[in-house]
Amino acid sequence: MNKGYLDMELLRFTTAGSVDDGKSTLIGRLLYDSKSVFEDQLEAVTRASSRLGSAEVNLALLTDGLRAEREQGITIDVAYRYFATPKRKFIIADTPGHIEYTRNMVTGASTADAAILLIDARQGILEQTLRHSYITSLLGIPYVIVAINKMDLVDFSREVFDSICNEYKSIIEKTGLRNVRFFPISAKEGDNVVNSSGRTPWYTGPSLLEYLEQIPVHTEKGGTAGRFPVQYVIRPHKETFHDFRGYAGQVAGGVFRTGDPVTILPSGTTSTIQGIYEGGQEFSEASTGDSVILTLTDNVDISRGDMLVQSHALPHTGNTICLTLCWFNPKGMSAGGKYIVRHTTCELRGVIREIRHKVNISTLEKVTEHDGVVRMNDIAGVTLHMSQPLKYDLYRTNRITGSLILVDEFTNETVAAGMIEA
Amino acid sequence: MNQRTANHLKELEAESIYILREVAAQFERPALLFSGGKDSIVIAHIAWKAFYPAAIPFPFLHIDTGHNFRETLEYRDTLVKKLDVKLLVGSVQESIDRGTVAEEKGIHASRNKLQTVTLLESLEKYRFDAAIGGARRDEEKARAKERIFSHRDEFGQWDPKNQRPELWNIFNGRKQPGEHFRIFPISNWTEMDVWQYILQEQIELPGLYFTHEREVFERDGIWLAAEPCIRRKEAEQPVHKQVRCRTIGDITCTGLIDSYAYTVEDIIREIASSRVTERGNRSDDKRSEAAMEDRKKEGYF
Repeated sequence: MNKGYLDMELLRFTTAGSVDDGKSTLIGRLLYDSKSVFEDQLEAVTRASSRLGSAEVNLALLTDGLRAEREQGITIDVAYRYFATPKRKFIIADTPGHIEYTRNMVTGASTADAAILLIDARQGILEQTLRHSYITSLLGIPYVIVAINKMDLVDFSREVFDSICNEYKSIIEKTGLRNVRFFPISAKEGDNVVNSSGRTPWYTGPSLLEYLEQIPVHTEKGGTAGRFPVQYVIRPHKETFHDFRGYAGQVAGGVFRTGDPVTILPSGTTSTIQGIYEGGQEFSEASTGDSVILTLTDNVDISRGDMLVQSHALPHTGNTICLTLCWFNPKGMSAGGKYIVRHTTCELRGVIREIRHKVNISTLEKVTEHDGVVRMNDIAGVTLHMSQPLKYDLYRTNRITGSLILVDEFTNETVAAGMIEA
Repeated sequence: MNQRTANHLKELEAESIYILREVAAQFERPALLFSGGKDSIVIAHIAWKAFYPAAIPFPFLHIDTGHNFRETLEYRDTLVKKLDVKLLVGSVQESIDRGTVAEEKGIHASRNKLQTVTLLESLEKYRFDAAIGGARRDEEKARAKERIFSHRDEFGQWDPKNQRPELWNIFNGRKQPGEHFRIFPISNWTEMDVWQYILQEQIELPGLYFTHEREVFERDGIWLAAEPCIRRKEAEQPVHKQVRCRTIGDITCTGLIDSYAYTVEDIIREIASSRVTERGNRSDDKRSEAAMEDRKKEGYF
């Protein structure tokens, strides 16, 4: 048994493209060429392809899941796909590109380590390319892959590729995207997706999949300051663990070690980490992403929604914050709107004090003269005031303690995603 | 003191533990849907880890079609005793006796679809507001789009076009009275992840997963157990074969595969070289291309 197989890294990435950019085909290609497609899946897709009047196997059908999509030929929701190479396991958040589905791209992007943005080589950069790039930057995705697709339809022209890359540089400037790499591909025919193509001799970089295998993971997750939102209090009430009182949660930033001085927020009480447990085993440290139980040397009053933080690096606290909101609901929002705020494991009430600007995502301008209503798929800068102080970091330093969602008090729907800016 | 390892299984496990704790914190009456299959066994193991040294703070609910493999029931009873959790059973037979469902007719009769009604009846009877299930997004196309916290209306139905967006690790379990949630803590696991985790954690499994000799017959290219609950055509003569289950469900829809896998390592090798998905052996998914999507909308697992 190859134990190395148990020790793979996990990379989550998202994909975005305009309608007909070939996104589903690219994912189908990654699954197919990495041999993650099984015979019965391929048979079903072959059957469906011929029923829809297509002579060749349409790889996009591997991912277009719901019946409505198959009938309309569009992807209508975020779908998650999985494949593995001997080096890595991948989770793809496949999101649709239409204008009305910005919310899905934001959703898929929220957990991604990397984003693939598709551009049709014949069309070049479109308004949607800017929109997708902006959301990628807004959600703080650390690595960006610009896949210039359908190269087979422009005769694998280096000029076309170079001119799109050049044009894209202005988007990088506007959005502040980091770690951007360009790939000339044909998803339909497989060039430079999994295997390097002989038809682009002028391109000497890795194939798209080779690059996905190299992207560093966990470099930026959670920043460095120790953050531990308390999810659940563990009180066994058993004879053997009579006095055990542990705080369960997932480390949202930094590393905690036994003996570390910690501050409990919002109370401000201080204590020291006594033990770190998971499934009956004791550990000396827990780092970002670990789900553990912490015990403290002092008997303090802690409940869900509190946060343990390293005493030398306290987060911000305050009732009023500035944030960028992506609005998800058909019912719009205006200043004075009241919502339930969910931030880490904490739930409080909040009111929108001010809509400072709306973002025109075709130009990335912050528009301060607006009609005062934030509608579905709008992105806006707002001031939010809460019933109790929030303990938070800025989104650019910590994607977990710097993010929140708004929930409608009456319908309970998730109506917005927020990234704390100040 | 133990050193923490970092790999994809650890990361998936940490995510699942986080989800199970959110369920315990956000819902008043959750239940874990336990089928005796490997996915629900893995969730039971993760739940044990999530709350230890406290006991798992929710009961197990088994929807029993009455057509279970004997080994599944024995395993279930041993496990709940070991974990010290309460077991509740929702019986499809009782739903049939009450007249809320009618038994399917003909040789393809299965109680698989009837389970939906019994499940919804059980959720209502015990007033459960969250049902934790072992579904994975890699299993089937309709499942690929399901949320981890999946909202169900008062009729238990799923509306794929109106799902709540799920961002970062914030799960919104707020609901109106009468509504409930289905929770899928291992959504992001693949079949291979599950088996690797079983190996890493040395989780004990029912013997059905390993090769054994059994009387089986062939139907539509799938081996089915020759048991009285499946009516056979005359031509469907039983034979003795070395087989194992790749998934375990109701006897009537659990296909068995030719296999000489004696250990979890053997199974991992077998899956790594397999060219058919695990649901490729499930006769319930073969009914139509959108079979799973239709069942899910009605309130299936």
